[in-house]
Amino acid sequence: MAMSKESKKEKKAKVKIKPGRLARREAITGLIFVTPWIIGAAIFLIYTLGSSFWYGLNNIRITPMGKNFNFVGLGNYTQILLVDTDFTPQLSQYLFSTIISVPVIVVFALIIAILLNGKIRCKGFFRLIFFLPVIVVSGPVMGMLADQGAATISTIDTQAIGNAVSGFLPRSLAESITELFGNMITILWYSGVQILIFLSALQKIDSSMYEAAQMDGGSGWECFWKITLPTIKPMILLNVVYTVVFISGNEQNAIITLIQDSMFSGTKEKGYGYASAMAWLYSLVVVLIVVLFAVLLMARKDIYERQVKRARRERKKEARTVKRIERRGIRNARKIEKARTKRKYKTYDGSGDY
Amino acid sequence: MTIKNGSETINNVSEATKTKWNWKPHRLTDIEKDKIKKFFMGSREKEGFLKQFVVYALLICIGFIYLYPILYMLSSSLMTLDDLLDTSINWIPSSFNFKNYAQAGSSMNFWPVLGLSIIVAGVPTLLNVLSCSVVGYGLARFEFPGKKIMMGIIIFTFILPSQVTMIPTYVLYSNLKILSTLWAFVVPSLLAQGINASIFILIFYQFFKQVPKVLIEAAQIDGAGYFKSFVRISLPSAAPAILTVFLFSFVWYWNNSYLTRMYVSGVMTQSKWTTLVVQLQKFATNFNSYAQTEASGATTLNESISMAGTMLSILPILLMYFVLQRYFVESIDRVGITGE
Repeated sequence: MAMSKESKKEKKAKVKIKPGRLARREAITGLIFVTPWIIGAAIFLIYTLGSSFWYGLNNIRITPMGKNFNFVGLGNYTQILLVDTDFTPQLSQYLFSTIISVPVIVVFALIIAILLNGKIRCKGFFRLIFFLPVIVVSGPVMGMLADQGAATISTIDTQAIGNAVSGFLPRSLAESITELFGNMITILWYSGVQILIFLSALQKIDSSMYEAAQMDGGSGWECFWKITLPTIKPMILLNVVYTVVFISGNEQNAIITLIQDSMFSGTKEKGYGYASAMAWLYSLVVVLIVVLFAVLLMARKDIYERQVKRARRERKKEARTVKRIERRGIRNARKIEKARTKRKYKTYDGSGDY
Repeated sequence: MTIKNGSETINNVSEATKTKWNWKPHRLTDIEKDKIKKFFMGSREKEGFLKQFVVYALLICIGFIYLYPILYMLSSSLMTLDDLLDTSINWIPSSFNFKNYAQAGSSMNFWPVLGLSIIVAGVPTLLNVLSCSVVGYGLARFEFPGKKIMMGIIIFTFILPSQVTMIPTYVLYSNLKILSTLWAFVVPSLLAQGINASIFILIFYQFFKQVPKVLIEAAQIDGAGYFKSFVRISLPSAAPAILTVFLFSFVWYWNNSYLTRMYVSGVMTQSKWTTLVVQLQKFATNFNSYAQTEASGATTLNESISMAGTMLSILPILLMYFVLQRYFVESIDRVGITGE
């Protein structure tokens, strides 16, 4: 927080000074360094996003002469949302399962990180195991494992959980929860990187803070909520975003296969345009999920921050009042002076003086 | 029965029995009680046995769940068909059957494909390191207009699913005639747009920000240009970041079958480029056609063989992980993603 404030101040100071030759040269060199990215973004981001949007509005047929564009407006979108029997259920399924499994993954990663953060023998060995899935996890491997039933813990009776849950929850939600338990190992496997991120964040927390809290009689539980959690809050957001992105790009995800299939499908209404429209809808949902989690996590300010903010606001208000009073004093003084010089100011005794 | 109660009951025992057995109750002193309590519940300085026990139990349980699929894969890949069907055999096969591996390997065309996989994952990875380090350095070291916007776009590209830009990219590649060649991976990674390149740019950005500016300025006073000070001073000091980016990029390229199939090995047609993971995806069809051609050792596809195939496809990267595990696990610490 404070850092960004300072840098902003610096920037403001820089704006006032006219950039010298060195600064200009540095700016140009910097631009040269990032040129590859700028070219890449122009080709692979701006151009492709634009044309993908344009594709989405067209029905594209591939003929031997080349691609045949046929403008249909929002036809693809209405087709997908209203007629297609696969996409909407898949998308809502994806939405629910992501919203449920992301907190599970992140909380789980946090728990493991806290366990590992204590004084533990064979810490390296445990880290080795928990990071292993990151290396191995890939679409086909997970597919193979799921086919063989190795991705579930066979002792958990998923059917019973599903039945129990579906009693008091809507069906789609209950299905997602059942699926969550069914794919427990898959869920756990997705939390390798998150564990490491949390672990290195936990290790960076100053131990003197905990000591100070203990002096004041804070229990471990309180320390966790009032020191650990606020300190690693940015990491929670980072991990949530990472998890969402990882799940959405994972090959186990049925939607991206659906998009690919409809891209190469030979039917009349499907094709590149149809698949582009699907991809747009899908990315919209992904970005929405990320924004949702970001808003949820950023909205909750902790007590300390709130107090600082309130103090700052009060100080500002005070400063404003002081300034106002000062200004009023100056104005009044000027008025009185003016009146006195013009001899318009009447006092009770008529002398013009106080 | 607590200790206090115990001593009371013993006091109630009649004198006669006491003399008969000549047995004196051992009273626990307060210090001993305290010691036992400390051993189980822990004290301010030392964690108690109970807590440690719970922690280790949890870790071992979760660790087992983590390893379960791999152990399962390993054990069932070594089973014969009879072992698979035998319900009394759960984990340890009656005899190690390495024929599964031989069959799976030859149906996947293991050795040539292994070489191809290394190239397909390695070349874009090297280029990724190169381009992302340059871009990250440019962002970290220099001030120029539009930098904030650039950072915003980089983060946005990380969130944006690759599917939305996939179709025009596919068309672009086919227009440029680089579809189904390695160039389809080389070009984007050269322009810092490869798989997850935004993470790598941010890693380098973070790292180069930590390199003291004084060092670079000293080099410049000694007459090094901007580029030279980058190559000579900043890049060698960024070895941890380079290693991290290299490892992660390699793993991600290796494991990516979706984009590899799309751009490099071909969805409809089969180009000469393929990877083990892509081969695994088509394992069933590949194996069936292999079994038909090779009349002698032909067996039908069973669980053991597909598990052996899966094992083969992850084996190289698993070996790499066990050799380089220290760098993997410590990478996130050293790069300092969590610094801010």
